[in-house]
Amino acid sequence: MLEVRSIQKSFGGTPVLRDVSLTVAKGDVVAIVGPSGSGKTTLLRCLNFLETADGGEMTFDGETFRFGHVAKRDIARIRRKTAFVFQSYNLFRNKTALQNVTEGLIVARKVPRARAEETGMRMLEKVGMADRRDAYPSQLSGGQQQRVAIARALATDPEIIYFDEPTSALDPELTGEVLAVMRQLADEGMTMLVVTHEMSFARNVSNRVVFMENGVVVEAAPAREFFDHPREARTRAFLRTFGARADMGAD
Amino acid sequence: MNERLWELLTDSFWQILIPGLTMTIPLTVISFALAMVIAVVVALFQFANIQGLKQVARFYIWVIRGTPLLVQLFLVFYGLPDIGIVFDPFPAAVIVFSINEDAYCAETMRAALEAVPVGQIEAGRCVGMSCLQIMRRIVLPQAFRTAFPPLSNSLIAMVKDTSLASNITVTEMLMTTRQIISRTYETLPLYCVVGVIYLLFSTVLTKLQRVGEKRLSSYGAQKE
Ligand SMILES: Nc1ncnc2c1ncn2[C@@H]1O[C@H](COP(=O)(O)OP(=O)(O)OP(=O)(O)O)[C@@H](O)[C@H]1O
Ligand SMILES: [Mg+2]
Repeated sequence: MLEVRSIQKSFGGTPVLRDVSLTVAKGDVVAIVGPSGSGKTTLLRCLNFLETADGGEMTFDGETFRFGHVAKRDIARIRRKTAFVFQSYNLFRNKTALQNVTEGLIVARKVPRARAEETGMRMLEKVGMADRRDAYPSQLSGGQQQRVAIARALATDPEIIYFDEPTSALDPELTGEVLAVMRQLADEGMTMLVVTHEMSFARNVSNRVVFMENGVVVEAAPAREFFDHPREARTRAFLRTFGARADMGAD
Repeated sequence: MNERLWELLTDSFWQILIPGLTMTIPLTVISFALAMVIAVVVALFQFANIQGLKQVARFYIWVIRGTPLLVQLFLVFYGLPDIGIVFDPFPAAVIVFSINEDAYCAETMRAALEAVPVGQIEAGRCVGMSCLQIMRRIVLPQAFRTAFPPLSNSLIAMVKDTSLASNITVTEMLMTTRQIISRTYETLPLYCVVGVIYLLFSTVLTKLQRVGEKRLSSYGAQKE
């Protein structure tokens, strides 16, 4: 469904992605983990053309595109089949929860309002936010905003959803509600590429894990194998520091 | 206070209020509406970083904000006829006030546009909206919300600034006041009357601003 080959990206001469490749099959939940600054966000942003990658190519839905040479029209077409969930939610501040969900349908896809609202309500129900349909983002908690953002992503019936650390801006007690929604999506067979620091999510929900460091993929493996038998020394070191940090967070 | 003076004051109150309603308010409303339209365009040129147009916008704002309004009025009304461009007083005032106000409103709008987080635009792109759709439905409404209080202040300032138009023979409130004074010699009371009328206008606008802000904040954006 999605294959990325040798994507590269520099910011002002500093390479951030050097030759990253990865594959996401239909129905996969792929977790991308790695230390801060390793280029995870940049990777997702390049895949949705929020940043322009310098090199490499991507096959999406059977069509191959060379980064840096993708026509505007193709970008629009690919974006219609993808959705993005941001770390900071980025709900439209001047729109209600329901309007946030229907905006992409009514405005970008010309779906009639009544049908869009029907879809919108279904999606809000799915994330448990139907009763707050008329609330503005400023009236919602972080966890609620992120759930609305997930409903917005679902509404356009994407073939893949990119998540960039969807829970890391949330208070610990609010991450659970968002992760539960994501787990449900995974169970329903949604294809997802998830940058996360939630090791329990990576271990229990994703079926593949990609470990990135300094703009390269150090190790990519099925989730169970990645956690139980990491091959690379750097992966083991990462998992150890992670364990240590998680312990420290606990007390 | 004697009866004659009291009668003069009430009479002149209405005499001055009439040009207020027929001149000051139309001059303000027309000029401000024109100013807002151009201001949004000028602000968007800068926001969208369209080279060339952006420099023109910066130059325009630099000149207009750096020169007195009165000089601009004199230049257009008394100066331009020297090169064959003649305006009636009212159109001349509208041109100068809208161009002048525009420079200030454009700066307000630019700041308000820049205050919209880039994540709002990115979210719009991700749900498949075009640049134009994002501007119209997401960025501009939020920018207007931010810009509403400073724009209201500009509007209130402008009502008072229209008194300068008396200098280019527009018979607005101040001009009318002066005419009454030249007949009656009641200088102090009559300037007080016109001052009170300006105060009334400003008060009404301030009230409207409150109402507007309340309605906008009920849409929640940028509160908290
Ligand atoms: N727009 C930008 N301009 C310049 N440098 C950038 C830009 N975006 C990211 N970078 C740099 O690229 C590197 C990778 O950033 P990125 O946000 O992709 O990392 P990350 O893996 O998502 O980290 P984190 O876990 O902290 O979110 C960082 O060093 C960052 O400073
Ligand atoms: Mg990141």
